[in-house]
Amino acid sequence: MTPYQLWTSYYTIIRKDVVRMVRIWPQTFLPSIVTSTLYFLIFGAFLGSRIGEVHGVPYVMFVVPGLVMLAVVTNAYMNTAFVMFQSKFFARNIDEVLVSPTPPWVLVAGFVSGGVLRGVVIGCLVLAVSLFFTHLSIHSLFVIFLFLVLTSLVFSLAGLVNGVFAKSIDGINIVPTFVLQPLVYLGGVFYSTQALPGFWGTVTKFDPIFYLINGFRYGFLGTADVPLYVSTGLLVAFSAAFLLAAWYLIRTGLGLRQ
Amino acid sequence: MELALDIKDLKKTYASGTPALKGVTLSIPQGDFFALLGPNGAGKTTLISIVTGLADKSSGSVRVFGVDMEKEPQKARLHVGVVPQNFNFNIFEKVIDIVVNQAGYYGIPRSVALPRAKKLLTDLGLGEKLNVTARELSGGMQRRLMIARGLIHEPKLLILDEPTAGVDVELRRSMWAYLEKLTKSGVTILLTTHYLEEAEQLAKRVAIITKGEIIVNGTMEEVLAMHDDSAPKDKYRAGKLEEVFLKLVEGDAPTL
Ligand SMILES: Nc1ncnc2c1ncn2[C@@H]1O[C@H](COP(=O)(O)OP(=O)(O)O)[C@@H](O)[C@H]1O
Ligand SMILES: [Mg+2]
Repeated sequence: MTPYQLWTSYYTIIRKDVVRMVRIWPQTFLPSIVTSTLYFLIFGAFLGSRIGEVHGVPYVMFVVPGLVMLAVVTNAYMNTAFVMFQSKFFARNIDEVLVSPTPPWVLVAGFVSGGVLRGVVIGCLVLAVSLFFTHLSIHSLFVIFLFLVLTSLVFSLAGLVNGVFAKSIDGINIVPTFVLQPLVYLGGVFYSTQALPGFWGTVTKFDPIFYLINGFRYGFLGTADVPLYVSTGLLVAFSAAFLLAAWYLIRTGLGLRQ
Repeated sequence: MELALDIKDLKKTYASGTPALKGVTLSIPQGDFFALLGPNGAGKTTLISIVTGLADKSSGSVRVFGVDMEKEPQKARLHVGVVPQNFNFNIFEKVIDIVVNQAGYYGIPRSVALPRAKKLLTDLGLGEKLNVTARELSGGMQRRLMIARGLIHEPKLLILDEPTAGVDVELRRSMWAYLEKLTKSGVTILLTTHYLEEAEQLAKRVAIITKGEIIVNGTMEEVLAMHDDSAPKDKYRAGKLEEVFLKLVEGDAPTL
C-alpha cells in the first residue's frame, strides 16, 4: 500500500472508533464525568474546607490531577481492551481488516490512537468539570499535555495487550476494578506521600501510577513529591516497554489468525 | 493465461489437531466461474480462510494473480474480495458505514467510496437501507450487504462461501443473475455452495472436496460426463451434478 492508502486505512479505523464512542456516549463519556463530579463535590464542597491545604493549595485543587488521571487511565485502557475483544469474539468484525491489505501495525496504531483520543478527551472533560469546583493554577501546559498523552498511550497499549489475550469479557472487566483503581487510589490521589511516612509511604513508591500522578500534578502546581525527571523518565520507559510488547504482538499476528 | 488462484499441495491442521486440508491442489484461470463443492466439514471454509488471510496454512503454497500469499500478503489481498459464510460485521453499525469503512481498509478514501457504496448497495436492492443499522436487516439482506462489502474495492477475484445458504428461491435467483453479470465484466468467481443445482447452472468448472481432499476437478462438462445414466434410480431424482456428487462422496454424508 502507498503511504496515502495506509493513512486512509489508519484514519478509517480511528474514525470508526470515534463514531462508536459518540454513539454509546452514556457508556463512554458519561460515567467518568458523573463520578468525578461526585468526587469534586465531596472533596471540594463537603470535606475540603476541613482538610485545609496540601502543598500550599486548597485540597480540592490537590485532588484534581489524580482524579483526572483515574479517568484517563481507565478510559484509555477500557477503550482498546473492549474494542479489541469485541471485534475478535463477538462480531468477529476484526476479519474486515484482516482480509484487507492493511498491515497489522496500522491496525494496532489505529486501535491505540482511538484509546489515546478517548483518554485525552476524557481528561479534558474531567478538567473542565473541575473548573466548577476550583480555580486551576497551571504551571506548565506542556507537562500537563505530555502526561495526558503518554499516560493514555501506556494504558491504551496495556488494554490492547489484555484484549488480545483475554479469553472472556471478565478478563477485561476485572482489571479496572482490581488493578487500575487500587493503583490509582494508592498512587497518592488523595494524599501527599510527605504526609505518609513508613510502610504505606514505601508501598506508594512502588506504585507506578504514583509517578504519573505526581508528574501530572507538577504540571499544575509546580511542586511534587518526586522530581519531574523521575516521573517523566518512568512514563517514557513504560511507553517504550508497552510499545515493544505491542510490536511483539504485531510480529506474531496478534493471535488473530487460526 | 495467468491464473487467478493457484493452490499447490495445501495442508492445514488446526491447533486442535483436526486435519482440515490434506494436500489440496487447485487452480482457477482468470475470468472463470469456479464452484467448490463438498459436504459439511470437507474443508471448504478452511481453504477460503487461508486464501483470504484469516487462517495460516500448515504447508503448501497459495498464489493470487501470481503473487505469493506468504511472501507478499498485503499485495495478494489487494485484488481479492470475500463474502464469508458466517456474518462478521458489527450489527450496530450502519449499512453504508460497514461498506465505506471496508473500502477504507483497502486505502480507498471516503469521497471515492461513498458513491461507489451507494451504487453497489442499490444494485443489490439495499438502496432503502443505507442508513439503518445492520441488525435491522433480514438474513438475506445481511448476505447482500456482505456481497457489497466484498466488492467495494473492485476485486478481480471474488470468493463467496455458501452465499445462498438460507436465502429464499427468488432472492437466490437474483443473486445468480448478479454473479453472472459480474463474471461477464471479467471478475473471477470462486463459490462454495450446498445447492448443486446452483453450481450446475452457474459454474464453468467444478471441484469436489471431501475430508480435506479434492476428489474431482474439471470443467462442468467433464464432471457431468461422469454421470451414469443407466444406474438404477432410487425414488428421488436429482439433477445430474447432484447425482455425480452423491455417488462420489457416498459414505461421507452424515446419515440420520
Ligand atoms: N477453527 C477451527 N478449529 C479447529 N477445527 C476447525 C476449525 N474450523 C474448522 N475446523 C474443522 O476443520 C474441518 C473442515 O471445516 P470447514 O473448513 O469449516 O468445512 P466446510 O466449510 O467444508 O464445511 C472440520 O472437521 C472442522 O471441524
Ligand atoms: Mg463452510
